[in-house]
Parts: sequence; structure tokens; C-alpha cells
Amino acid sequence: MSRSTIDIVNRNLAKRYAKEKRFRLFGLVSILAGLAALCFLMVTIVSTGWGAFTQSYIQLTLDLDPEVLSISDPQDDDQWSYANYTGVIKKSLRERFPDVTSRRDKKRLYRIVSPGAGYQVNQLMQDRSLLGQTVTVWLPADDDVDSVIKGHIDRSLPENERRVSDKKLSLIDELVNSGQLKRKFNNIFFTAGDSSEPEQAGIKGAMLGSFFTLIVALLLSFPIGVAAAIYLEEFAPKNAWTDFIEVNINNLAAVPSIVFGLLGLAVFLNWFGLPRSVPLVGGIVLTLMTLPTIIISSRVALKSVPPSIREAALGLGASKMQTIFDHVLPLALPGMLTGGIIGMAQALGETAPLLMIGMVAFIVDIPGSFTDPATVLPVQIFLWSDSPERAFVERTSGAIMVLLMFLILMNSIAVLLRKRFERRW
Amino acid sequence: MTTMTVDSNTSPQSSQEATQPVADISSNGLDSSRDYRQTVGKIEVANTKMSMRDVNVSYGDKQAVFGVDLDIAKNEVIAMIGPSGCGKSTFLRCMNRMNDTIEGCVVSGSLKLDDQDIYDPKLDVVPLRARVGMVFQKPNPFPKSIYDNVAYGPQIHGLANSKVELDEIVENSLRKAGLWNEAKDRLDQPGTGLSGGQQQRLCIARTIAVSPEVILMDEPCSALDPIATARIEELIDELSANFTIAIVTHSMQQAARVSHRTAYFHLGYLVEIGDTDDIFTNPKHRLTEDYITGRFG
Ligand SMILES: Nc1ncnc2c1ncn2[C@@H]1O[C@H](COP(=O)(O)OP(=O)(O)O)[C@@H](O)[C@H]1O
Ligand SMILES: [Mg+2]
Repeated sequence: MSRSTIDIVNRNLAKRYAKEKRFRLFGLVSILAGLAALCFLMVTIVSTGWGAFTQSYIQLTLDLDPEVLSISDPQDDDQWSYANYTGVIKKSLRERFPDVTSRRDKKRLYRIVSPGAGYQVNQLMQDRSLLGQTVTVWLPADDDVDSVIKGHIDRSLPENERRVSDKKLSLIDELVNSGQLKRKFNNIFFTAGDSSEPEQAGIKGAMLGSFFTLIVALLLSFPIGVAAAIYLEEFAPKNAWTDFIEVNINNLAAVPSIVFGLLGLAVFLNWFGLPRSVPLVGGIVLTLMTLPTIIISSRVALKSVPPSIREAALGLGASKMQTIFDHVLPLALPGMLTGGIIGMAQALGETAPLLMIGMVAFIVDIPGSFTDPATVLPVQIFLWSDSPERAFVERTSGAIMVLLMFLILMNSIAVLLRKRFERRW
Repeated sequence: MTTMTVDSNTSPQSSQEATQPVADISSNGLDSSRDYRQTVGKIEVANTKMSMRDVNVSYGDKQAVFGVDLDIAKNEVIAMIGPSGCGKSTFLRCMNRMNDTIEGCVVSGSLKLDDQDIYDPKLDVVPLRARVGMVFQKPNPFPKSIYDNVAYGPQIHGLANSKVELDEIVENSLRKAGLWNEAKDRLDQPGTGLSGGQQQRLCIARTIAVSPEVILMDEPCSALDPIATARIEELIDELSANFTIAIVTHSMQQAARVSHRTAYFHLGYLVEIGDTDDIFTNPKHRLTEDYITGRFG
């Protein structure tokens, strides 16, 4: 290279590097902006939702007196179901605070324990030998008490401007001082269904609803999607028809999900007469929604199998079917699974189509099968986010955290699968 | 053989050679009376295994092979040489109908294996490809174990009745491919973990495991180093005792070393065919001479 050429190169060098630097800076800034947004989201959700995982419990000594429970005949199952479990709690509270005498104050006293705590006593007394005995238990406190414990209620405000009266505050303080009011891990949040009392509300019903719905969606969409992809990619003739189908599958992937909900409502509920609010129908609707994603990613996976593998098999005299099922499919499967998991993650976070088929109802019972009325996690979040109580705000964020955790888990599995089966040819 | 007429809006290469071949040849100082569209040399052989007549192949409206006539004798090694893009692979792939997998590829003419028409619409390609195996340019073992690579063919064709028989076939094939000593202790390891040369020998073992009658090889050594190449060449020599082999190669030395007869292709035409010794010492066509003396190609 002559002297002058190298001079020209050197002169331009600085410009070239500056260009590269600018581009890198630009990339860095965009990534930082993305990260900042993500951090902000995480911080807000975690800071509000963290409290949902703990709950204030009150320790009470319960005298399981058959008389208070109004169980006269322990053999009679009906009496057990309709027993006055709340009465036991009230009696115990009266004994704990003998100074509270007036009717109004007693009523206020009873309100420090969750109004649904009778259910916990009921659960406890599944062991019927406890009848007539005295037990010490931790019962969930009312959500106002919980708010006080978690410091969400400003004591410096005048009494008429805050949710909790001075009398109640003094009761709470007394219990805290005697060690009978504590924050504990919130079991109920993970083991209960929805409830109108925040301290009794949990996400188990919604999680199981999501689980059943996703199982239906997975069992339907994965086989159908993979079969469609194999047919389109390997067997279908390339003509105007298949082009048309391809365009439409791509379009379908972009259709707003609520449209699938409307379709589900019209077809499955109104026409086929399937029940409302059930995971079975939810799963079918989500199948419609995820099918395009799975078909597209499965086709990409099939396309990425090198032609040399097909040639090798065909050259040995393998039939088309054998070539595909013995060689192409095993190599494409990780990619297909990745697509499937990503599709399922999408389905897990989907709300709109499920609203249309009635999975938005207030359902207390925990679903036990595909045809029990149920709701799903994101819909539960949607429902709770409507409630003004501080405790529900907390639980909304708590449920979001659980949902995000599942999404992160699923996407990590997808990434791992891709890494694990990445092939060098 | 008749002259092919080519559609005038085909790609530049083919239209150019279709419209002005004579001028081209004379301007190169070639003997214009010997048009390269007329094959020089003896096409017929005694003891014919495969017989091709007037084979034309086109991809869409681009013709790649023009009226090739060629016979292949039993247990011979025939080399096909010629500049790249002259249709050697295309012609080779007709012999076991691998071209069927390429969309828009149309083959006409008569191709026979033991008097059976290969392109008979009623013929099933599965048994055909079991009889005419193929080794590809780039080693392409299945991403499975060495054992499974070799066993796959016999398994799908049901050649082994028991595990013992299958083991035997695998061992024999690997032995014939000269890979047994290197592979016997790692049969369960992936075939893709072998070196390039070993992979190609594995592919050969996989092909001979189904006991084909003819083996087609498309530049089997072009991705290999000289030592691996030498091993494959030795192997081809040994295999010719039992198999009929058609090998495409871009290396004239290789053709000279391994083959009994050599076919020289040029722009989709078979220009010259003859005994390898004759072709390399005394080429009859100027194009052949130019090619083997390295004047072009
Ligand atoms: N799949 C294909 N589709 C279209 N044209 C092809 C295809 N394969 C080969 N060709 C064309 O056919 C001609 C012959 O190719 P090929 O048989 O591969 O040549 P060679 O093996 O002698 O190098 C070339 O011009 C090439 O561009
Ligand atoms: Mg080639």
C-alpha cells in the first residue's frame, strides 16, 4: 500500500470509529431506558405487593364448648355443618377483654378478628375429638387491623378521618404488647379462593383455574398446531391456496384477543351450549388464540432443520413420513416446544377473551375439574384491582407477583430448552 | 442427438450457449466441426447396470442438462468431471430420483436400472433409493449415535430380523467403510462428533448398510483434507469390487486415480466419455483437453 493510501485510511479512521461509538451509545441508552422502565414496574409492584405475603394473626384461646357451638348430638353431621363457630370466637374475645361491656363496644371488639374466621375454626374442628376441649389458635385479623399493623393507617389523623377508631387502636395495642397479635406468613393467600373479605381471599382458586385452562389449551393447541405446521411445511403443495392460508394464519396472530372471546361466546356457549365460566371453554378459546403462534414457531423450527438431514434420510430410501418423523421432527421439537411455552405464557396472561365467556364471576369455591366454574389469575387480578380496600390493593400486587413468577419460570424454561438443544451442524 | 432449443428468456448463461456456441468455440480456436453437443466416445458398455438416454433436466424454465446419453457398467467406477455448474450433480441426482425433492425440477428421457425405467410413474422411489444409494458433498450424518446412523437404513427396510443381525450389518458396513477400528469403542456416541473424514466414511457406511447396487457420490471429498481424501479414494477402490459407483468430482487427479471411465460434462452436455486412461492421456475433444490440461475450468 502506498504512503498516500494509508494516509487517507488514517484520516477516515477517526470518523469511522466515531460512528461506531455513537451507535453503541444509542444502543446502550435504549437498553437503559428499557431496564429503567422494568425496574420501576418491579419496584412499584413489589413494594405494594410484598405485604400480601404476610397477614396479621390474633392468638385466641378457644373453648370448644358444645353448648356455644350448639352441637347437641355429635353424630349429626348437619349440626356440625351449621355449628356456631363464630360464637366460640366471640366468647373467647369477651373473655380476653372482660372490660368491654357495652353492646357497641362488643361489636367493635368482634370486628378485630376476620368475620370469616369461623371458617378457620370449622376447618380446625374437622378433627371432631376436639369438641369440648380448649385450644389456642392463631386466627386471621380483620383487614383494618392488618392495615394498622402494617402501618398503612396514620395514627396522627383525627379519629373521624381514619378507618380505625381509638378504641380499636387501644385493643390492637394491648394484643400486640401481650404478643397475641403478630404478622405471619399468609397461608390463606395461597390456600383459599376468592372472598369478599380481603384477609380470607386467596389465589388458589384462580391458580387452579389457570392451571386447568392452560392444560386444556396446551393439550389442544400443541398437537393441532404442530400437525398444522408439519402439513403446511412438508406436505402441502405450494400454491395460491397455501399462500392464502399462510397469510391468514399470520393475520390471526394479530387479531385482538377479545375477538376470540366473542367467537367463543357465540360458538361454544350459545351454539354448542357449553357451560359458562369453566376452564374447558376458557382453554378452547385460548387454544384459538395461541394456535397461530404455535403454528408459526413450529414452521420456523421445521424450516431451520438443515436440508442435508432430509436428503440423507431420503437418499437412504426413507419415505417422506419416515424422514419427517425420524429425523426432522426430533430436531425441530425443541423449537416447537419453545414456541409452545411462549404461547402458553401468552395464554396465562390473557384476560380479555375469558371475560367474554364468563370467567370473570366471583367464585369462592376452588375448582376441582375442567368443568367447575373458575376464574384465572389475570382475571382475579383484574377483579381485585377494582376493590378500594388497602388489603385488596396489596393482594392485587401480590397476585401480579405470583403471575410474573410463573411467566418468568415458563420463559426461562423456553430459553433453557433452546440453549440445551442448540445444535452445531 | 438433436439440438436443444432453449427459450430465449432463460438466464444469460444458458441462452448465451444456446445461441452462439459455434462462434464461441471457433473463437477459442477449437475445431468447430466437433460441436460439443455431440458426445465423443463410446457410450455403450457390455454388462450394463444403468442406461440413460436423451436425459434433459430443467429447473423451472432453466435447462441444466441437455440430452445426455450414458451407460454405466456393473462394478465400474465412473467419474463425472467438468467445470462447476455444468450439470454433473443434476445428472447424478436423476439416477436415484433425488431431484424429485426439488420443486420445479423436470426430468425427461429414459433412465434405466437393469432395464427398469427409473422414472416410471408407477415406480416407488423408496426401493429405488435402497438400490441406488447416495453420498453427499458435505458429510451429513444424522445427529444420532454412530450405531443408529448405520442401523437406520437396515431398520426402515427391515433388513435385519434380530438385534444380532443388525449388529452384524452395522459392523460389516463400518468395516467396509474402514471406520470400524476408529468407531467400535464409541458406537453410542454421536456421529456428528467425528472428524470430517470420519463423518464422510460414516455416511458411506450408512449407505452401504442397505446393500445398494449402485452408489452415487457427489464430490464426496470436496470438504475433506488430503489425508481424509486419500482414505476415501482407497475406500472407493475397495468398494468397486461389490458396488457400481458413479462419482462426481472436481478433481481430475481424483478421477484419474479412482475411476475406470470418465465422463466430461460442459454446460449441461456430455462432451466426451471414455476409458479414464484414454481421456487423460489422449482426449479427443478440444474442450476436454483444455479442461484436463487446466486451460479452463
Ligand atoms: N435447485 C436448483 N434450482 C435451480 N437451479 C439449479 C438448482 N440446482 C442446480 N441448478 C442449476 O443447474 C445448473 C447445474 O448445476 P449442478 O448440477 O449443481 O452443477 P455441478 O454439480 O456440475 O456444479 C447450474 O446452472 C445451477 O445453477
Ligand atoms: Mg455439484
